[in-house]
Amino acid sequence: MAVASTTETGAPPVRAGRRLRVPAWIGTVPFLGYIGVFLLLPTGIVLYKAFQSSSGGFTLSGLTALGSSAVRGYFIGSFKLCVISSVIGAVLGAILAYAVASGNPDGAVRRLYLAASGVLAQFGGVTLAFAFLATVGPTSGLLLHLSWFYDFPQGIALIYVYFQIPLMVLVFMPAIDGLKVQWREACESLGGSAWQYWRHVGGPLLAPAFLGATLLLFANALSAFATIEAWENQIAYTVPQQISTALSSEVGLNNANEASVLAVGMVIMVVVVMTGYVLLQRRASRWLH
Amino acid sequence: MAALASLGESAPAAEAKGPRSMQAGRRRRLNLFRYLVFTVFGLFFILPLLAMVRFSLEGSTLGTWSVAAWKQIASYPGPPPLLSAVEITLELAIISSGVVLVLLVPTMIWIRLRVRWISRAFEFLCLLPLTIPAIVLVVGLAPIYNKIRHYQLSALQLFWAYVILALPYAYRALSAGLTAIDVETLSEAARSLGASWLTVIVRVIAPNMRQAILNALVLTSALVLGEFTIAYLLLYNNMQVNLYYISRTTPNAGVLFAASSAALIFAFGLLLVLSYAGRRRRRGQG
Repeated sequence: MAVASTTETGAPPVRAGRRLRVPAWIGTVPFLGYIGVFLLLPTGIVLYKAFQSSSGGFTLSGLTALGSSAVRGYFIGSFKLCVISSVIGAVLGAILAYAVASGNPDGAVRRLYLAASGVLAQFGGVTLAFAFLATVGPTSGLLLHLSWFYDFPQGIALIYVYFQIPLMVLVFMPAIDGLKVQWREACESLGGSAWQYWRHVGGPLLAPAFLGATLLLFANALSAFATIEAWENQIAYTVPQQISTALSSEVGLNNANEASVLAVGMVIMVVVVMTGYVLLQRRASRWLH
Repeated sequence: MAALASLGESAPAAEAKGPRSMQAGRRRRLNLFRYLVFTVFGLFFILPLLAMVRFSLEGSTLGTWSVAAWKQIASYPGPPPLLSAVEITLELAIISSGVVLVLLVPTMIWIRLRVRWISRAFEFLCLLPLTIPAIVLVVGLAPIYNKIRHYQLSALQLFWAYVILALPYAYRALSAGLTAIDVETLSEAARSLGASWLTVIVRVIAPNMRQAILNALVLTSALVLGEFTIAYLLLYNNMQVNLYYISRTTPNAGVLFAASSAALIFAFGLLLVLSYAGRRRRRGQG
């Protein structure tokens, strides 16, 4: 129908006679311009500042600052929080994903859980920290008063798990859906038990997808900032918090480019983790797709 | 209710048509496991939200009910006033999703039709923000925003950065819609009838990927509604930043929890509506 309506323009059959020929890629220029200014330029600025000395020349001293004990502390803090929240989130998320996937593929439960996962995986903002404060806060909790709510990393990991599980469901569900019924039937007809099926068939098939998804959760926790900022303001435990502190107090001479250096360190971590994720996904798609 | 009803899609019916047929005993045990999992996880996800809503409805003495905190959302004086921050955030959501669509839809269709060789690089660029956390991006954006502030102070300027954050999600949604239709045939048909390239993109192909466009729109809006990092560090005031300041500066927990609940319910409703709208369309086509 849409096609028919275009004939009203009634364009003459040949009009591209002597016109200047413009290469087709010109059409992508507005997009590339936007990306250039608001994505590539900021990234370039971060890299440039990380390698810039106080006199303006090139230096690697910023990167050696990554090895100092204070900075290492933030990276260790981030690492602890990410490992705990991503492993717990991945295991629980996989269980939930299996429970959802083994039901009716068009059912309301599946639709509800996928829609809810889509929202909750995104909604890691400050509101989440407030919600947990209202639920299990040490003095304000309506459900119970957790004395370790403000302890690092377990208190904040509890809150992170809330958005890690939904993300795991979203990422891991396709892998579970990719398990063919025939494999299970073949295993059963050969006399295999449920345990043997998971030990020798299902488990090995899902393992790469599971590890890959765990890495994605790790990267997700690494870049989260809003929740931990709203949870506890006094002490910086993680890299994002310290970047925030460094950025809002960029006056000291010795840490003029600290935010950039920390940012580069974070990008390196994310790139390593995401490379692992992509490789594992490729491995997983050999059987499941 | 609907959710409860379909939980009961148990043994015989599901077994007969379901792709995962298995022995009856095992199916029973599996269903038991599923009910248990749904209950436990459901509680984990619902309880914090309920607690927050309950807290927002707390009266002046413990255990009583009152909607005073919800009424205060509109009149909360700040500083800065809560309502203006909500307004800014909603405007940002609209502007950002509009810019994302104008930037992505024509470019993606154009690349698919005329400059195929660039599509790999294009995909890489669109997914790149996933590997650059917002907290890193903001370090590089700070000098750029210092320049922007020379001309315009409004917090609406945040949309420049939000478009970048939303890019990967919008790209995935649109790309799924674009691969599902036969772009070449549609455009050849339109072109042979004399349509210009603009007509092909705006009036032929874009209407055919309505659902994907709707998806991209809602994902972008949800992201903007929950954004905190960039606004906070560039010293702008959006809804999340405002809630954060309320939590730091005033003892008024009621209005904090009320506004937070409202924000959550709004985003949840938005995505749920989309999910059901999507299903209706697919059913209609099949």
